[in-house]
Amino acid sequence: MGTSAWKREWPLHVMIWPGLLIVLIYSYGPMFGFAIAFQKYNLALGIWKSKWIGWDNFEYLFHYPNIGRVVWNTLSISVMKIVVGQIAPIATALLLNEVRKAVFKRAVQTMIYLPYFLSWVILGGIMIDLLSPSEGIVNQFLAWLGFERVFFLANNDWFPFVLVFSDVWKEFGFHTIVYLAALTAISPALYEAAVVDGAGRLKQTWHITLPGILPIVILLATLSLGNVVNAGFDQVFNLYSPVVYESGDIIDTLVYRLGLLDFQFGLATAVGLLKSIVGFVLIAISYVLAYRFANYRIF
Amino acid sequence: MVEHPSALRRLFIGGNYLFLAALAILCVFPLIHVLAVSFSSSSAATAGQVGLWPVDFTTRSYSFVANEPAFMRSLFVSLQRVALGVGINMLLAVMLAYPLAKEARDFRWRTFYVWIFVFTMLFNGGLIPTYLVVQKTGLAGSLLALVIPSAVNVFNVILMLNFFRGIPKELLDASYIDGAGHWKTLWSIVVPVSKPVLATVALFAIVYHWNEWFYGLIYMKHTDDYPLQSYLQTVIVQKNFSELAAQDVSLLGKVSDRTVKAAQIFLGSLPILCVYPFLQGYFMSGIVMGSVKE
Repeated sequence: MGTSAWKREWPLHVMIWPGLLIVLIYSYGPMFGFAIAFQKYNLALGIWKSKWIGWDNFEYLFHYPNIGRVVWNTLSISVMKIVVGQIAPIATALLLNEVRKAVFKRAVQTMIYLPYFLSWVILGGIMIDLLSPSEGIVNQFLAWLGFERVFFLANNDWFPFVLVFSDVWKEFGFHTIVYLAALTAISPALYEAAVVDGAGRLKQTWHITLPGILPIVILLATLSLGNVVNAGFDQVFNLYSPVVYESGDIIDTLVYRLGLLDFQFGLATAVGLLKSIVGFVLIAISYVLAYRFANYRIF
Repeated sequence: MVEHPSALRRLFIGGNYLFLAALAILCVFPLIHVLAVSFSSSSAATAGQVGLWPVDFTTRSYSFVANEPAFMRSLFVSLQRVALGVGINMLLAVMLAYPLAKEARDFRWRTFYVWIFVFTMLFNGGLIPTYLVVQKTGLAGSLLALVIPSAVNVFNVILMLNFFRGIPKELLDASYIDGAGHWKTLWSIVVPVSKPVLATVALFAIVYHWNEWFYGLIYMKHTDDYPLQSYLQTVIVQKNFSELAAQDVSLLGKVSDRTVKAAQIFLGSLPILCVYPFLQGYFMSGIVMGSVKE
């Protein structure tokens, strides 16, 4: 290590160290906490003195009532969100792209982007009010149309769809803007050539627009692969209740209850560990795929 | 070239405008409805008469909320949190992005450091171990618990790093030739020309710290220390009224549960709504910045 190089570079190292320290303690530190998954963890005894029980927590987990339900809910809700969450913004971006009046386009973008900025506490509060069986406007509308009122947030048949629909509603504005940016990047020369060849708008969309955004669609879909294990804790936590555990309980909400309400730290950590491992494998796969097919590099 | 749109095309365009307008309204309507409920009388709200516009206009729900000490306390906590949190986020992001933006030949350990940070985006320790680390390092119960663990946001660092890489090398070289070291160059040259990315990161950070509610709930030992969204969570979602002072409970009968909640919901989103028109431009360019890859 040449001293002149070090002399030049040492300020750069020092700049990194504060952030590095925080990341080491608060991002890497918890990773070692996974040892807790193999212990009968006692808060008072701490990690060094708590009893080591090997795989017992994991065995208990596999026989835990409803664990299959929880995993199934997590995966199915995630997949629905990913699929619908891609279709909605693509369709919206395509439609917005057809709009000629810039003012209208801008106004629509501004409005659809709004729910993204609100927290799930706020949106949860809004949805609880909107979907209320007695006072909520959705049920009033249904009643006015002659349908029976539905207690959406307490109904296991409806709850997953409420989750998916409201999540897409919140997030699609953000993704629409990304797709719209990709759409405007498509060379106008391609469209002009198509018009000369006599292609109508529909043909243009099929042959130029869709292939044009295909890379970014694949990219975003691949990247959301790693997110399948997270089904949206913030949202579910604010909308669920014991009545809908059957269809709405996800891995993260289970970990929360086991760990922070029942204080079964070992068990909760075991669940978290499995989830993180699966998540990591999926993310790693997705990044490799993204790199291979779309030349995507994170840095 | 003159286009003569066919009748079908015109129909499509008209329908498109209508559909998109409906979609846009769908996104803002819930908030407007809640706003209307918050300004309505309790009887109108309970009877379900409120649509887009208040019925029996009254500001009683808002004065009820404003006089609720817990609400004001948590608002103040949130303001402190945003100020401290955003300040720390920005400082660390800048200090990390500058060295990491250097090429490997100018900074030999660069790739090593980058991988350390990026790995945290791929794998995380989970809720319980993180909770325990925060406890054991003594941060639990203080505002620091909400600000330090999340101080480094790798996504923001990468955003900034990519921007810094776009700064003309000549600008930096001129600074070095003049004898300025890295630290001076960072603050006198790089930061002043990076206003777009700084604004974007600041805005992402403000929205994050304002909206974050879960860590506020689990790390704070007293409900007095809850930030606003955490407090709102207990009242609006958990419907936990144990924090209300005794005499207020009788007052609660005059304003309905529903209008009070509506007022709180609206106040909880007000700062974001106020800043939103300005935010929006920066966010859009920020997303484009983050998604365009060379």
